[in-house]
Amino acid sequence: MSPENSVGLVTPQRVRFDTPLTLKSGAVLPGFELAYESYGTLNADRSNAVLVCHALAGSHHVAGFYADDRENIGWWDNLVGPGKPLDTHRFFVIGVNNLGGCYGSTGPLSIKPETGKRYGADFPLVTVEDWVAAQARLADHLGIDTWAAVLGGSLGGMQALEWSLQFPDRIRHAMVIASAPKLSAQNIAFNEVARQAIISDPDFHGGHYAEHGVLPTRGLRLARMVGHITYLSDSQMAEKFGRQLRHGEHKFSYDVDFEIESYLRYQGNKFAAFFDANTYLMMTKALDYFDPAYAYAGHLPSALARAKARFFVASFSTDWRFAPARSREIVFALLQNGLRVVYAEIDCDAGHDSFLLDDQHYHALLRAYLENIAV
Amino acid sequence: MTEHERRVKAEQRERFDFAVIANWLQPGERVLDLGCGDGRLLRYLDETRDVTGYGVEIDQESVLGCIRNGVDVIQMNIESGLQGFEDHSFDRAIISQALQTMHTTERILSEMLRVAHEAVVSFPNFAYRSNRAAIAAGHMPVSEDLPYDWFDTPNVRFFTIVDFEDLCARLGIEIRERLAFDEAGREVADDPNLNGSLAFYRLGRKS
Repeated sequence: MSPENSVGLVTPQRVRFDTPLTLKSGAVLPGFELAYESYGTLNADRSNAVLVCHALAGSHHVAGFYADDRENIGWWDNLVGPGKPLDTHRFFVIGVNNLGGCYGSTGPLSIKPETGKRYGADFPLVTVEDWVAAQARLADHLGIDTWAAVLGGSLGGMQALEWSLQFPDRIRHAMVIASAPKLSAQNIAFNEVARQAIISDPDFHGGHYAEHGVLPTRGLRLARMVGHITYLSDSQMAEKFGRQLRHGEHKFSYDVDFEIESYLRYQGNKFAAFFDANTYLMMTKALDYFDPAYAYAGHLPSALARAKARFFVASFSTDWRFAPARSREIVFALLQNGLRVVYAEIDCDAGHDSFLLDDQHYHALLRAYLENIAV
Repeated sequence: MTEHERRVKAEQRERFDFAVIANWLQPGERVLDLGCGDGRLLRYLDETRDVTGYGVEIDQESVLGCIRNGVDVIQMNIESGLQGFEDHSFDRAIISQALQTMHTTERILSEMLRVAHEAVVSFPNFAYRSNRAAIAAGHMPVSEDLPYDWFDTPNVRFFTIVDFEDLCARLGIEIRERLAFDEAGREVADDPNLNGSLAFYRLGRKS
């Protein structure tokens, strides 16, 4: 990594909020903490703040690296930095770990004040709306009245969209990438398989695995393997793995024969070693519940009528998890409201995961759009 | 002609095209510009007529150009129609010198008049005097408004003012206004199919 376009060393921050937060489910969190990072400098007008929202397994560590762990580079480091498309010379960029996360914000791994034990399965289900409400508290804390932009891919894009609905006056640009206005039955089905993998792991113990001193690693591993299938495109999988054999011949066993099996196992193992199963369950449920049109008899244009932001919407040609047609639903609902929007359908063979890559055209689009945002 | 002169001339020609279209629009209108390129017509209309709208474009470099120009653009292929756009949701749909680059001429014209109250169309007239002369001399024409060699042209439909008006009649499209200009930019009244290099139309549905 070349240091001249990296934000360099970063230090995560943590902030506590003691005003109770009523969640969409009706549950009340008496208080909570959020872990976040910032890059760049807030200008005197406080007009250059950009919030980057993470997807299913992301964190507040968007860019840069840690002094004690230089290999731990932020998950969207190719986007955020001096001279990069989201240029930290111009913008003050915030990454935040969402409520219920397992990277430092209050979540199932936190201690429940009433019991002195970890929340575990007792942590209430939080939704995209709740995340945005919690992020708004962080914005207040940082003195940010209005975001120049809120952006994210996938579940992160849903948060950007939700910002434009919940706080129409606090966001000037919403950048919704590789996202959807709600999950399809197929999307929910994949999430349910992932959840069942975790819940049916004998080590899950109804979510109270911590008390039993175990982790539902097998379930979490399976859940991630299923997820990974949906992140890649058929063509990319064919190109990357095809029917390549691990050992050059058929082994006639249930060990790894094909390279794709090895890849999925590797991804599953890696993930299960650090991610919290309760958080994973909750994140998938937050995805399933997200549906701004639900309260409007399924009519998305009515749901988006509140929005005032300008929109950047982008999809990827080979993304079948949130296919281009799903982004177009958002675009045309915005259009029906006369809202300003640009929509790009990017040719990229990497499927859903394309949004994390530094495809030249994709990054040129992001750069061009961000450069035109006045600060 | 040097490359610079050629570019200056092309820009003048383009401005001329834009000005003719702008003259037909009312300030504050909402338009859809099909095959909008890098969005410079929409930008011009915004700056000169306070007209707002969206461009529709398939080419990725053009979409990037629109974003750089601060123009709202929807990347999609209009050959298959304008699905997603509501009926009569725009004052006008414009297609400026792009209709001849598309295959589904009839569908595009019908869709324009579905999503907008009126369509504005400009195109190069293949039957223009100098084009006829080129054909008579045995060559595909290369002119001010048809500036491409036959082997390197984005155009896929070659038609004339007369042809276009026949098609409109067949599709039940009403021609509300027509303007034709020669290569020097002078308005042509006499025999536009022979003397007009560039044609402009305001089209509507017959009521």
